Amino acid sequence: MSVQNSKAAASVRKGSIVPKVPGVKPTKAAYKKKDEEERVDKGVGWDETHGKGLIKPADQLELTEAELKEEITRILTANNPHAPQNIVRYSFKERSYKQVVVDQMAVHFVLEGSLVHQDSDEARRLRARGGLPGGPEVVTVETGAEPDEDETETPATPVEDGGEVEEVGEEDRPDSVASKTDKKQPKLTNQINFSERGTQTLNNPLRERSTQTEPPPRRNFSATANQWEIYDTHMEELQKQEKNKEKQKATLPKTDSDRSKKRLMLMETQSDDFTKVGKASKIFERMIHQNTFDDIAQDFKYFEDASDEFRDQEGTLLPLWKFQYDKAKTLSVTALCWNNNIQDLFAVGMGSYNFSKQGCGMVVFYSLKNSSFPEYIYPTKSGVLCLDIHQQHSNLVAVGFYDGCVAVYDLKSEGLEPVHKSTAKTGKHTDAVWQVRWQNDDMDNNHNFYSVSSDGRVVSWTLVKNELIYTDIIRLSLNGAVSEGPEDAQLPIFTCGTAFDFHKQIDSLFLVGTEGGKIHKCSKTYSSQFLETYDAHSMAVDAVRWNHFHPKVFISCSSDWTVKIWDHTINTPMFTFDLNAAVGDVSWSPYSSTVFAAVTTDGKVHVFDLSINKYEAICRQSVVAKKTKLTHLEFNPVYPIITVGDDRGYVTSFKLSPNLRMKPKAKKGQELPKGPEVEVAKMEKLLSLLREQEESPV
Amino acid sequence: MADVEDTLKRIETQKGVIGTVVVNGDGIPIRTTLDNSTTVKYAGLFRQLTVMARSTVRDIDPQNDLTFLRIRTKKHEIMVALENDFLLIVIQKPCE
Repeated sequence: MSVQNSKAAASVRKGSIVPKVPGVKPTKAAYKKKDEEERVDKGVGWDETHGKGLIKPADQLELTEAELKEEITRILTANNPHAPQNIVRYSFKERSYKQVVVDQMAVHFVLEGSLVHQDSDEARRLRARGGLPGGPEVVTVETGAEPDEDETETPATPVEDGGEVEEVGEEDRPDSVASKTDKKQPKLTNQINFSERGTQTLNNPLRERSTQTEPPPRRNFSATANQWEIYDTHMEELQKQEKNKEKQKATLPKTDSDRSKKRLMLMETQSDDFTKVGKASKIFERMIHQNTFDDIAQDFKYFEDASDEFRDQEGTLLPLWKFQYDKAKTLSVTALCWNNNIQDLFAVGMGSYNFSKQGCGMVVFYSLKNSSFPEYIYPTKSGVLCLDIHQQHSNLVAVGFYDGCVAVYDLKSEGLEPVHKSTAKTGKHTDAVWQVRWQNDDMDNNHNFYSVSSDGRVVSWTLVKNELIYTDIIRLSLNGAVSEGPEDAQLPIFTCGTAFDFHKQIDSLFLVGTEGGKIHKCSKTYSSQFLETYDAHSMAVDAVRWNHFHPKVFISCSSDWTVKIWDHTINTPMFTFDLNAAVGDVSWSPYSSTVFAAVTTDGKVHVFDLSINKYEAICRQSVVAKKTKLTHLEFNPVYPIITVGDDRGYVTSFKLSPNLRMKPKAKKGQELPKGPEVEVAKMEKLLSLLREQEESPV
Repeated sequence: MADVEDTLKRIETQKGVIGTVVVNGDGIPIRTTLDNSTTVKYAGLFRQLTVMARSTVRDIDPQNDLTFLRIRTKKHEIMVALENDFLLIVIQKPCE
């Protein structure tokens, strides 16, 4: 009923809206006021304000004009039009029907919210379940006690909320417990009607923009860092620092030298030549030589002839290297001398003994390390007859020539000319110089040497400030010593001196051998007299040598085929050996006082050891081809080898077999005495034996 | 200069010497008695070897330096000298 009423009311209302007359404008305000509270409608069937034709619905009530004009009052009340107005209830108390107050509220729209008040029970329950912070009774997730509490709570909640949701919640809980620290705090949500709706903002379109720069140029670099590279850089740094210091010290004068140095350096770098391998090539030559003559080198060093034991005190000479120089083929070896300081270097003087054929000569130095080519070559105008190397300053070589000159060569100086040379003005000999010998430096520390020549003079030459100054020491005459004074009536006849030797210990004592075969004992200090004269040989004395150890003994050899050993206090020789051929040279060995060797013109080398055999040589060996004459012989001061020169320009070296190098046998239990005293004693023993022999027949 | 020339000539004409090569600081052979390909081979290979050997020697003691290297093979002996950045290589067949 109420519904029908409302419908009618609505239609009435509808009709009343239409007839609004524009002329009623001034009263619109009044109407508006009324409208707010009650609406008074006029039944006009035409809406002028809208200007449209009125459309009547088909089922509209047809009313008469009078009915239309009837004013119906409408009142706006707060009553719910739908609410029934005439509900009565029978009240048994009053036994009548009473009107009931009807609830006038009409709910138009209900929207339940999804938020939960934070202090409500549900919120508390949610917090406990979800592990949310923010409440005083929140328990941290990490503790193990928390799950128990949840478990006790969760059975209570299914009663109130949906059971399914709780299970889900339980499942969620372990996850949330586990990863609580990672997740954001979840929202406090209502379990019933929580709905989440997300929106997405408009995403701006992405645009990519990139640029590329040009890569920097790359270069591969590799290096090693070794110990020596580090060292090298340090050294360079050091040198740079030193240079800087020097530059700071001296500025102007240094710049010139720097410039010149720079020029030199430029020159050096430009020339791409191999002078830089000069040193290496020299050493290479020797290396190759060593390889080629490997067996000889091994023999030289190590070979000791074992068969000497069975040879009954005889020895042999093992040929080693053979030294020859192409350009010296026509010359014969006239002098040999070993270098004391460099023990593998020896000097060879080349010239000619032939009186008629005199040409140029040569001084040639060989090293044992290279037998194919000499180390130093000095060509000379005149044939060399003798040479001597200074004991201490082994770069100085004194040379005596066939034309009577003497010269001093310095090996260190470049160039092939002698450092000093005697000329006719400076007192050169008028005849061939047969022997030169260096002496100890004199009191002014000048080097000096002696020479003996066929003109009968023994001259001392002193090197004073780049000059050769000569001093006649003695003149050899047939009639004994001759005084220098012109009062002497006798014409002094000078003999030719052919050999001389200075005493090893007594500096002033020396021996001179002459062409006539006599040997004179002289002293440097006594220039007028000989100390003694020995009638040694029948022909020219070729060599005379003091013994290295025994102070009294000397040896002499001559072209009269003999070698004689003397005690200088006795006028007659101690020993005489006949060698069947002219003896060219004789030499004592440096290691024993009783061993000496001699070379003869028949190409043989004779080695004697007086302590073993007083009458015969213990080695007699033919060492060169036939018709080659041996001219000179020298023992090496250190190694057990000898060099022998011949008249073909060859120098051959030999190794002495052990038998030739015998040391005195020590008795069992006794110490082997060493040193020169032993040698002296050895010799002395021999001599004493001889003296006894001599004395006994007397 | 002439002295070195003579020495090198003598080395080259020595008995048993198969060949010599002189290599300058840039590794270019400047004097040789062997044919071109062999020379280039020797120069290159020995440059490497000497650098290695020198490095070894100097690594042990930086103040030391390599001077000569002698390689004895079945067939011959190769001798290498290091001087002033130059390499001097000689191959010799020792006559035995």
